[in-house]
Amino acid sequence: MSRYVRPFAGLAVPAGAVIAALVVGAILLGAFGANPLTGYRALFTGAFGGPDELAATALKSIPLMLVGVGICIAFRAGVINIGGEGQIIMGAILATLVALAVPDVPRPILVPTVIIAGGVGGGIWGAIPGALKAYSGVNEILSTIMMNIIAGFFMSFLLEDWLIEPGAIRIQQTKRLSQNADLPILAGGTRLHLGILVAVIVAVLGYLLLFRSSLGMRLRAVGHNPHASRAAGMQVELSITQALALSGACAGIAGAVLVFGSESHRLIGEGGPLAFTQSAGFNGIVTALFGGLHPLFTVLSSYLFGGMLAGGISLQRAVQVPQALVLALNGVVVVFVVGSLKLRTRVQRWAEGDVQMEDRA
Amino acid sequence: MSDFFTVAIITATLASGIRLAVPFLLAALGEAVGQRAGVLNLGVEGVMLIGAFAAYYTALETGSAAFGLLMGLVVGMVMGLVYALITVVMHAEQGISGIGIYLFGLGFTDLLFQKQVGTPRPIRGLQTRPLDWLAEDTGRAGELLFSHTVLTYMAFLLVPVVYWLITRTTFGLNVRAVGENPHAADTLGVSVNGIRTAAIVFGNTMAGLAGAALALEIGIFQQNLTAGRGFIAIALVYFGAWRPVGVMTGALLFGIVSSTVLRLQVEGVISGSVASIANMAPAVLTVIVLVVVSRRIGQPAALTRPFTRDG
Repeated sequence: MSRYVRPFAGLAVPAGAVIAALVVGAILLGAFGANPLTGYRALFTGAFGGPDELAATALKSIPLMLVGVGICIAFRAGVINIGGEGQIIMGAILATLVALAVPDVPRPILVPTVIIAGGVGGGIWGAIPGALKAYSGVNEILSTIMMNIIAGFFMSFLLEDWLIEPGAIRIQQTKRLSQNADLPILAGGTRLHLGILVAVIVAVLGYLLLFRSSLGMRLRAVGHNPHASRAAGMQVELSITQALALSGACAGIAGAVLVFGSESHRLIGEGGPLAFTQSAGFNGIVTALFGGLHPLFTVLSSYLFGGMLAGGISLQRAVQVPQALVLALNGVVVVFVVGSLKLRTRVQRWAEGDVQMEDRA
Repeated sequence: MSDFFTVAIITATLASGIRLAVPFLLAALGEAVGQRAGVLNLGVEGVMLIGAFAAYYTALETGSAAFGLLMGLVVGMVMGLVYALITVVMHAEQGISGIGIYLFGLGFTDLLFQKQVGTPRPIRGLQTRPLDWLAEDTGRAGELLFSHTVLTYMAFLLVPVVYWLITRTTFGLNVRAVGENPHAADTLGVSVNGIRTAAIVFGNTMAGLAGAALALEIGIFQQNLTAGRGFIAIALVYFGAWRPVGVMTGALLFGIVSSTVLRLQVEGVISGSVASIANMAPAVLTVIVLVVVSRRIGQPAALTRPFTRDG
């Protein structure tokens, strides 16, 4: 019997985490007087019910994939990057500045340019806390959070002053950016744009980097055991800085995609930084953890969580429970996934035929 | 512009700085005790949000700010038990599970606010000012020191109390022992997990209280009300080198910086966009402080390490 169960045992725990989160969600829905089944059916239909829904889900999943791949790189190198929010914003700002500076460059050149600019902006914003950790021993969790706050205020400074759309209405947004920077629509009839391809390509590159390159090998070695890596002659400080810079670059690309793939084709700060980033800097951590810190699995898990975000709107419409529920449930998923790591190790040990567990079973 | 530098305005700004320091102080004192016991709680922000909503909603429904404060404290305690279960019993990675708590708090309070309240309605904050009678005859200094609510005095009174708790009691000795060397403490018969659970519950209760204090001070609730204050409170623990007096100094500094920026903006000395730059100051200051502090002072040796007997 256990021969057939064992290969799937490792999957049991993350699946259990989602089921547990859905149970918590059902209890909350019930507490608000809504029928959990109706709610979840609306959520599922809104996420995966047809071509339009699948496209909407893909759109929501793009920033999650990009941030998530970055989180894979950082966490594998032993660096906890909580700065996705700030890195998205700085990527978006640099990409916007480039589009404002050279609006007339032809589209086939400008589109890749603004995406790369996003990567550079986010990369710089990641490299700073990376270098501070590597060379000054500053706790990266705290510094990346502070970098988020700084980036948020920087964006509102720019949008209240230098970059605000000229005119009477003082809304925190830029003018409509150059049409040459618009991300091309991939599927006619939907809003699905080039961003999804960019995200998947970045994920594949992230996979190749982590598991098929010497740089990736060094990053993972440093994450696994910095002391041994140093003894083996690796530059631990440089690796830590590289990991956070690369991680930030992925998030920065998400920032560029959020600007040039949006319906309004502007950088909008109205409603605060969380409204612009859609909390992807945090939710990307969820999808990366759920994807087992593997870039390709992170693409899949991001699509699932993108579905939760897209379906959250239908859920709100069907049972009048605000879609903020989805964010709350994401938090529960994180807690269950990291809380069950000890359990997962035990299950895997059992799956690999650990004698002690076998005896007990 | 010159109007800003009158004694009256400076006094009022400092006084409001002291009030704004209260949420930082409460949350950071609690976090300091938790970290002394070896547990990093990154969920402070989320627990503050939950405490803030609990206090706001209770005050809105019952009209009693004091009852609201109590509810903030209670939900903080409950979140403490949950966090203890996650980190002490389940051995979850502390940094990431804290982010989970933050996301939960952010989403959950937004959900409750939209569902239960909808449009923002203001509440009356605490009105009990126990030393008000002293303020009448003592001029500016009196206004600065004696015009505050009972909560403010309680928060600052907790500084010596926590100092005493950590340095002069058996409980404090145990807290420090399990934070520095849990195995040695375990050998001596100290319940490592018990002490850590107590420290976590204390820390989260303080975080809930801090959120309640913030909601009552502002008199309103909205999505992401805390706006990073919980994360700054964690940084203040590093700033204060895990000592209550250091934490208080940091909290006062941040409170006064915030109130000065706010006042400058209200008085029209600086524009909204300059205020955005000025609002970065606490975060920039935190990063600089972290750079200075990190090399100089050692954190509790067992911080973020779950305890197991065999490893």
